[in-house]
Amino acid sequence: MFAFILSRILQALPVMLTVALISFAMFAYVGDPVAIMLGQDFTEAQRDALVRELGLDQPFFVQFAKFVVNAAQGEFGLSYRLSRPVAELIAERAPATLELAFCAAALALLVGVPMGVYTGLYRNSWLSRFFLTFSLIGVSLPTFLIGILLILIFSVWLGWLPSFGRGDVVQLGWWSTGFLTWSGIRALILPSITLGLFQLTLIMRLVRAEMLEVLRTDYIKFARARGLPNRAVHFGHALKNTLVPVITIAGLQLGAIIAFAIVTETVFQWPGMGLLFIQSVNAADIPVMAAYLLLIALVFVVINLVVDLLYYAVDPRLRVERGAVRGA
Amino acid sequence: MAAPAFVRAFDSDLWWSFRRSPVTVLSAVVALVCVGGALLAPLLAPHNPFDLASLNLLDAFKPPAWAAEGDLAYPLGTDDQGRDMLSAIMYGARVSLLVGVSAVLFSTLLGVALGLLAGYLGGAVDAVLMRIADIQLTFPSILVALLVDGVVRAALPREVHDQVALFVVIFAIGISNWPQFARTVRGSTLVERNKEYVLAARVIGLSRLRIMLTHVLPNVLGPVLVIATLSLGFAILAEATLSFLGVGVPPTQPSLGTLIRIGNDFLFSGEWWITIFPGAALVAMVLSVNLLGDWLRDALNPKLR
Repeated sequence: MFAFILSRILQALPVMLTVALISFAMFAYVGDPVAIMLGQDFTEAQRDALVRELGLDQPFFVQFAKFVVNAAQGEFGLSYRLSRPVAELIAERAPATLELAFCAAALALLVGVPMGVYTGLYRNSWLSRFFLTFSLIGVSLPTFLIGILLILIFSVWLGWLPSFGRGDVVQLGWWSTGFLTWSGIRALILPSITLGLFQLTLIMRLVRAEMLEVLRTDYIKFARARGLPNRAVHFGHALKNTLVPVITIAGLQLGAIIAFAIVTETVFQWPGMGLLFIQSVNAADIPVMAAYLLLIALVFVVINLVVDLLYYAVDPRLRVERGAVRGA
Repeated sequence: MAAPAFVRAFDSDLWWSFRRSPVTVLSAVVALVCVGGALLAPLLAPHNPFDLASLNLLDAFKPPAWAAEGDLAYPLGTDDQGRDMLSAIMYGARVSLLVGVSAVLFSTLLGVALGLLAGYLGGAVDAVLMRIADIQLTFPSILVALLVDGVVRAALPREVHDQVALFVVIFAIGISNWPQFARTVRGSTLVERNKEYVLAARVIGLSRLRIMLTHVLPNVLGPVLVIATLSLGFAILAEATLSFLGVGVPPTQPSLGTLIRIGNDFLFSGEWWITIFPGAALVAMVLSVNLLGDWLRDALNPKLR
């Protein structure tokens, strides 16, 4: 088990280093930080002094090593656009994005899995057909159009829900949460649906396909022959065996949720990391872009690691095979 | 050498499975209308949305023709500057299609070339290329496209950027999608390179480049056609998303995504048609292309028949 985790972490290192190299190359070669920091009037001596102070006269690998050490400590310098530390900016925006992503993922799983099980079990009922048609729409509509449609219907026409911002937030230490106020929860509803709808339909279709597959197998027939109640067969035997692919996809989709949060946050003017990133792309604010890139890479690497560990927990066969290999 | 798989596929078998599926026929019709309307926009569109002289601010914010204050001259209403929405959508679809098709062509060329190299040469080339593809596939392609776009934007001065923005978007979307092609082509190349016809070509002393291009390439293109069709939907959506975020095509050449972004500002004042009609056009285009791609995949895959 320990060796397995270690090998996965060793595999993740080159990925992180590659991404760090790309971020660093953006810092070093795109735009001229010295010119930006000096402004209009400067002497050659001032320029040289600043270059030395920033360490830009050092060899490439020394600079890169410094960048990695600083990045590991969360040190990314100042945003060109806002002249504030990048780490501070991101820490401020992270709770908004994470709460949104959490709600969207919860929605996708809590609604998607039961819908998938239902459509798998009763494949010819009219409700199943309705779910499947509905999922086709969910897959084909781009995220931003879903957001716009929801705003049009629920904010503009019906006036039930707010269309932008987080509502009132409560500050818990450095974490700001929208879960504790009524307006905060109301503000979460439309963005979460927008962000989670695609994942919901994906998970539903996946669970359905896996259920159809599993229900055909012999051990399900045997379980029925043993006279087990339907509930035990469907959930204890069938659903449990569909979980491996579902966990993989759900894990990888968590990354996609964070990526598409950029779009959702733009539609709903949600003050999260995605909105910060898109504003930085528009303003060519390299430090923020580099930090965001590294952060997202870290999130993806961690998600992949967790997914691998979950396999271990869910599928005992993996444990046996690895044990056998080690024993041999 | 046998006829390439994708030529062989266009026989009556494929035609038969096409006619048998009403959904496919319908999506082909919708796709044809979209593409036709986009390509022939200068001929068919009732107005020229870029001709500033013909715009009249008095015509701004006209609702669609069937509404009470609608005007038959503007079937789908007008936007804030009095531009006819139908014409704007037709011209916008042109830009969307141009970017989508170019981006898919770009990623196909790049992916097929790199996949062929990786599969045929093997060894270090293969290891490095596939490792890069793996790393890139870890991230959603829309994120890669955004990032490439952002970096290029930062690297170029603003005046230059506005001129080349269209190419930047094509490059960004194209580069975000090559691993799919490379992986598939590499897989089939690995199978093909051990076949006897390749051995024979090597025995008679053909160069590696020649073997790759004239002998292996035609035999690995079958699946590429399917992936390219399915990627077209993705590329059009990616362009719309980038343009919606304001980092896509320049405002002087509005695509469907740009139109949706502009219309989004008027959602609250009740002018819903400025954003909903371009959105509907986008969905119709992407959905029909995706359904055609699905059908092509199933029809070309004998295992599913």
